[in-house]
Amino acid sequence: MLVIGERINGMFKDVAKAIADKDKAAIQGLAGKQVACGAGVLDVNVGPAAADAKDAMKWLIRTIQEVTDVPLALDSTKADVIEEGLKLVKARAIINSTTAVKEKLDVFVPMARQYGAGLIGLTMEKGIPRDKNERSEYAAKIVSACMEAGINLEELYLDPIILPVNVAQAQAQEVLESIREFRLLSDPPPKTVVGLSNVSQGTDKRGLINRTFLVMAAAQGLDAAIVDPMDKELMDAVITAELLLNKHIYCASFLDAYRKK
Amino acid sequence: MAVELVKEKWSNAINRLTIGATKEEGGTRTSKITVGGQTTLPYLFDEGDMPNAPVIAMEIEDKEPADWPQALKEPFKDVLSNPVEWAKKCVNEYKAEILCLRLRGTHPDFGDASADQAAATVKSILEAVGVPLIVLGCEHDEKDNLVLPKCAEAAKGENCLFGDATEDNYKTLTAACLADGHNIIGESPIDINIAKQVNILISDMGFDITKIAMNPTIGALGYGMEYAYSIMERARLAAFVGDKMLSMPFVCFVGSEAWRAKEAKGLQSEHPEWGSEKERGPLWEAATAMSVLLSGADLLIMRHPKAVAIIRKTIARLMKKG
Repeated sequence: MLVIGERINGMFKDVAKAIADKDKAAIQGLAGKQVACGAGVLDVNVGPAAADAKDAMKWLIRTIQEVTDVPLALDSTKADVIEEGLKLVKARAIINSTTAVKEKLDVFVPMARQYGAGLIGLTMEKGIPRDKNERSEYAAKIVSACMEAGINLEELYLDPIILPVNVAQAQAQEVLESIREFRLLSDPPPKTVVGLSNVSQGTDKRGLINRTFLVMAAAQGLDAAIVDPMDKELMDAVITAELLLNKHIYCASFLDAYRKK
Repeated sequence: MAVELVKEKWSNAINRLTIGATKEEGGTRTSKITVGGQTTLPYLFDEGDMPNAPVIAMEIEDKEPADWPQALKEPFKDVLSNPVEWAKKCVNEYKAEILCLRLRGTHPDFGDASADQAAATVKSILEAVGVPLIVLGCEHDEKDNLVLPKCAEAAKGENCLFGDATEDNYKTLTAACLADGHNIIGESPIDINIAKQVNILISDMGFDITKIAMNPTIGALGYGMEYAYSIMERARLAAFVGDKMLSMPFVCFVGSEAWRAKEAKGLQSEHPEWGSEKERGPLWEAATAMSVLLSGADLLIMRHPKAVAIIRKTIARLMKKG
């Protein structure tokens, strides 16, 4: 599973402070640790507090690229912030994210094509999807916009949108079914991604709920997840799930073996 | 309409392993060999590259082998009790590119030669021939742990290949190879999970994974060859999609396996319908070698010069692209 490290996000207080203080070491430490723990992509989000979002995005990208060359997922609702970032990313970039809203697709799909970037598509329009049928409807809109623009669908990551289990308990199963159904939309199929931590928002057992859900999603064929790779129990659970799905060859030290990849 | 074949493209390559060190590299070898580096299943040149052809190592022993049948002893009959002359014969007469010395004479039940005697044998072979050397113990763990470190030290700088490290006995040999700069063979009993585990155990000691060769253990034609074949193929498929702990070149002990089979060594006098063992034995060895070549073998340890000649020609033919 492609692990997208979520920690460089201005929603976290330490990151917001590092952005405000221009504290390179703090950001680079988080980047290095996440990669060492198994992140294949780093999410970069300046957060709501940054005084100048474009400048903050550019500073974060430059700072991260001084210590690692893993691909970056540029996470913002603002197209101009993402585009400023795309100009700077040396390795592959992923746009995080568009929705199925036409005005957004009209901006982000051509942008993904222009910069050769991956694209995360949230399967929602104005509101949150109510069930798997709505999710599939929005997913189909995003897929067809990408097909028309000639985007390789293996570069598209559809996000069925996880909702907190304490407010929308029935949605977890809808999401799991969507992960499987999205694969039927095209050949080759689009990829799937979830922003995992939302599932446990506001609960007391966040780690347990996160890793249990991620294992269930892995069993449905989930391709990528935005998670905290420094959560060792979570990573152990993913590695073990993939082992049981016959994606790696077993050996007694299978956790260690996976981490040596 | 022409049928378009589906072609696989893999993300990971097999490690390159070099055996032998020339003067420039701090050794005294006049040649060295490199295996591995593939980006495709064997000989599918349309899908990827095989930068290095498989290599045949000829096997010799430190004392006259007790269990070799007459048909196998015949080509070496004047040198069997002298490993240095045996080594020279393999290189000069049979054009061996690399030799594999099995120190069977150190086994407590087969001569119990001392570690110093074994090290002296290794040294004298290195002095007598210029090709790179593989050194094997006697498959008695305690004795091997005394003998092989001494031999590794005696061959320091020559970048030999030492074996075998197993799941239950790998620390001493790994430490010795690490200290003296040699390559190591990790052995597993036709078991892909243990193969991977042995590689991890060795690498956990700080050993460079590109200096490990995998001995998956094979079976001869008629004795589980198909098990070995499928294990090797499965390991390769995992390696090509990114499993670094299975990305090592394969070393296959073709000679020792093939010549254990009664179909190889059985006498014509006892089995008249089988034909002459002088022909049949080498053919059994060659057929076993052929099968492991097609499942991805990189380094073949072989015995009979006739089988070696057949497989050398076969490799050249297989490697002809297009």
